[in-house]
Amino acid sequence: MALYSDKVMDHFMNPRNVGIIENADGIGEAGNAKCGDIMKMYLKIDDDVITDVKFETFGCASAIASSSMATELIKGQRVEDAMKLTNKAVAEALDGLPEYKMHCSVLAEEAIEAALKDYQSKKNS
Amino acid sequence: MEIYADNAATTKMSDAAIAVMTDAMKNYYGNPSSLYLKGQRAKEKLEQARLEIADIINAEPREIIFTSGGSEADNQALLTAALLGGKKGKRHVISTAFEHHAILHTLKKLEKNGFEITLLPVHENGIIRLSELEDAMREDTCLVTVMTANNEIGTIQPVSEIGALCRKKGILFHTDAVQAVGHIPIDVKAQSIDMLSASAHKFHGPKGTGFLYCRRGIALSNLIEGGAQERGKRAGTENLPAIMGMAAALRESAEGMEAHNAHKAAVRDHLIRGLSQIPHSALNGDPSERLSGNVNFSFEGIEGESLLILLDRRGICASSGSACTSGSLDPSHVLLSIGRIHDVAHGSLRLTIGEDITLEQADYIIKNVKEVVEYLRSFSPVWRDLMSGKREFILK
Repeated sequence: MALYSDKVMDHFMNPRNVGIIENADGIGEAGNAKCGDIMKMYLKIDDDVITDVKFETFGCASAIASSSMATELIKGQRVEDAMKLTNKAVAEALDGLPEYKMHCSVLAEEAIEAALKDYQSKKNS
Repeated sequence: MEIYADNAATTKMSDAAIAVMTDAMKNYYGNPSSLYLKGQRAKEKLEQARLEIADIINAEPREIIFTSGGSEADNQALLTAALLGGKKGKRHVISTAFEHHAILHTLKKLEKNGFEITLLPVHENGIIRLSELEDAMREDTCLVTVMTANNEIGTIQPVSEIGALCRKKGILFHTDAVQAVGHIPIDVKAQSIDMLSASAHKFHGPKGTGFLYCRRGIALSNLIEGGAQERGKRAGTENLPAIMGMAAALRESAEGMEAHNAHKAAVRDHLIRGLSQIPHSALNGDPSERLSGNVNFSFEGIEGESLLILLDRRGICASSGSACTSGSLDPSHVLLSIGRIHDVAHGSLRLTIGEDITLEQADYIIKNVKEVVEYLRSFSPVWRDLMSGKREFILK
């Protein structure tokens, strides 16, 4: 059996939404202090709807694939729905991750949550 | 193009070894412990293999014990030294911070059983200092175990000097020579080595076979009890085909050693020059006191597992000390031991070339590593911070 599912390999080899958004409405970063991976999410939001999302990731194939999949899952969603994104949903959408790589999907959830909170705090200030 | 550049992990089996093993399986299936002719013929082959192997490292045949590989040999050597030392109230062992886990984990076990362990630093170049070894030696030191060559960064330790020092002080000296046997000359007598571990699949022999050299006069302790094989020191019917294959592979490696090293060192240096052109990269380990087949680099701003998978897609098999490849979230203890911080160890690449490598293949590796590193950096938030000055470069 291969280390990763075909979906993981697809999102790793052809990551969606790679890059940055200038003047993003929300920016969030998450890192795993132990393994060292870092993920950064950029959101463009109009009327509480995520119209664009980009990511940058320093990490392994499953971290890159998790970022890519997470951006796909929240694109077009309302902020309150995107807030409900779980790492499990990311991992499931990738047809699963090896047990010791599950923390990569947690990073994606955390980076998106951080970006959404950044958006909300900017909006409220 | 397909390039196997992970020879420190394992090597392709030699045709000579395969031929010998096939012959052994077909024609020498008798049990070497049986007294009829078929068994005794097998026994002759077993002893012939022992003689050949002993000869190559300048040992006596009776000093060679066949094992299931390097890890078993390491375990048996350390247990033996600890039991001998313990009887005399000597419960101190000296080793290094960057040994293979077969050594480090066994030392941990000894520590739990009342032994005190000193791990010598290996410094930035990946080589221990003799003065520090001498300073660490105590009245109750029963063993010094230092690997001949490191499996990740390929650095070669001053084994002869360590051996001489241990002999002078009356301390047993074991060396894990798994990466060295068949690759650099070993002379257990001239180098004052008391015990040495080796593994066949690192020099084009079969997996699951190795040997422990144990100097005459040192009473080996068993890991496996149950029979009179290996003079009672390692029970279990001998894996004759594998042992014969190991002897054939070692003979071939020893015969070709000089020519292979000259060729590999030239290609290694070509790779080092080429990869050094990648900005913010660094060679890990001493540039010259290293195995001729070992290249180990760190690239700042990227992670090693991604690099490996993308290189695999381009036909290159390599390895990394990244936390993401370890399964444990910890980066390589070897890279940490030479002072590489976590982030830099994360972006490491180990290429271990074999004698069949060509310059054309080396150029292909350089080209592809350059492209993949550049690609991964293009969307690395760490690289962005480094480039914008938010984070300081560690590798200049």
